[in-house]
Amino acid sequence: MEDLFNGLWQALALILGGDSETWQITLLSLQVSGVALAFSTLIGIPLGALLGLRSFPGRRLVIALIYTGMGFPPVVIGLLVYLLLSRAGPLGFLGWLFTPSAMILAQTIISFPLVAGFTMAAVMSVDPALRTQVKALGANTMQTTFTILWEARTGVIISVIAGFGGIISEVGAVMLVGGNIQGSTRVLTTAIVLETRKGQFDLALALAFILLAIMFAINLLMLRLQGKLDR
Amino acid sequence: MSYQRRVAPVADELVLAPQPIYRVEGVTQRYHKRVVLHIPALEVQRGEILALVGPSGAGKSTLLRLLNFLEAPTTGYIHFQGYSVNGNGPVPLALRRQVTTVFQRPVLLSTTVLNNVAYGLQLRGTAHARRIAAATLEQVGLAHLMDKPARTLSGGEMQRVALARAMVIEPEVLLLDEPTANLDPANVQLIEQAITEIHRQRATTMVLVTHNIFQARRLAQRIALLMEGHIVEIADTQTFFEAPQDVRTALFTRGEMVY
Ligand SMILES: Nc1ncnc2c1ncn2[C@@H]1O[C@H](COP(=O)(O)OP(=O)(O)OP(=O)(O)O)[C@@H](O)[C@H]1O
Ligand SMILES: [Mg+2]
Repeated sequence: MEDLFNGLWQALALILGGDSETWQITLLSLQVSGVALAFSTLIGIPLGALLGLRSFPGRRLVIALIYTGMGFPPVVIGLLVYLLLSRAGPLGFLGWLFTPSAMILAQTIISFPLVAGFTMAAVMSVDPALRTQVKALGANTMQTTFTILWEARTGVIISVIAGFGGIISEVGAVMLVGGNIQGSTRVLTTAIVLETRKGQFDLALALAFILLAIMFAINLLMLRLQGKLDR
Repeated sequence: MSYQRRVAPVADELVLAPQPIYRVEGVTQRYHKRVVLHIPALEVQRGEILALVGPSGAGKSTLLRLLNFLEAPTTGYIHFQGYSVNGNGPVPLALRRQVTTVFQRPVLLSTTVLNNVAYGLQLRGTAHARRIAAATLEQVGLAHLMDKPARTLSGGEMQRVALARAMVIEPEVLLLDEPTANLDPANVQLIEQAITEIHRQRATTMVLVTHNIFQARRLAQRIALLMEGHIVEIADTQTFFEAPQDVRTALFTRGEMVY
């Protein structure tokens, strides 16, 4: 119990006191997961809309793959990305291994199936009669898709929250492909693992509180957005 | 073709081009190998209100979907404004945008009433869409609902908004699929007045599906009876009621048809 309070105090002290390493770790976490989420949203929402609204050969197969991706162990994705980026791997020439780019790539692969899967479910739950009505009012294919995404906006926002939750708290993949290098690839989750191993429970707890605060703040932000859009 | 036999004053024939707006030719529509619609020939005249009546499952809504180019016919052609539409290839957007449908169950977008009415204009990139929509709502006496979320309206209000949303885009053809089913008499009257008013002002061609033969009589110049996918009889309203050619029409108009 005392540890918990100490951790909370220390978290506040580190953040408000402007501890540069804590800030750097926090900002890198936000940066890596934020960029990965942006990519996943750009891929996942159109993909989810396509799967939910069109029929084409191979659709079922893609959906099965997306569902598998939604529950895929992040550490396995980390391993695959590691092999891809290692010096002997097909993308080794990029020199991305143990850089934030590698972490962004791994987290994008982890989160886009979540965004796509939840978006697909959201657009599929929109009344099919609405689609017919929108077409009858003269919407082209693109306009129809945007209108249905708008009608499904609550579910689409949830898909983005799920995508973010899946990566900001993820440790296995960033550890493998980032390497938890101080000052360059150390993020909140890998720092928590390290400090706990070292027996620095106060510091580990402090970092954990920062992580929770971020997740809470993001959810609040998304809920506000949802409230604004809900008219 | 049958427009040569059309009953119309001679002067009318000379002034108005006798070109029908729609010419349906050899159309069948099949779902899962079952033919639900078979229409060898049908013309819809420019500017008329044609009512479609007939028992449930006769294919009335299917015909409207074809006329709005929401589906392509399994076989045959729909000639419209000089174009021929069949099952091959998509219908040009510009063509589809000349027609719209008000469905039996109004489906409004989950936004304000004003945005719903502006929607069709915004799709077309029309300038001042919201201002035009507001004016239309004013005109049909719905201005007080403008800022309300559309999904909170009553059924009658929703259907009137759906009609306003269709009329604001000034379509060449307005298709109405049982627009007053399940509405109270007051709202039925308001909708019928709006239909009459649109027709008077813009001479919009309309095809009205209705279960209410009195409504067909009040609004339409011609009526077609559809049964099991076939047109049993099509005639001007007076003939349809007073001198029908087919015994089934007589039974139907007298409400004696058992189906
Ligand atoms: N998308 C579809 N797939 C399969 N069958 C369909 C489809 N749409 C309509 N049908 C069938 O086609 C027939 C005609 O249906 P339609 O909706 O056109 O009838 P209707 O005359 O409008 O009836 P109602 O008065 O009940 O609205 C029905 O037997 C219906 O079950
Ligand atoms: Mg119907």
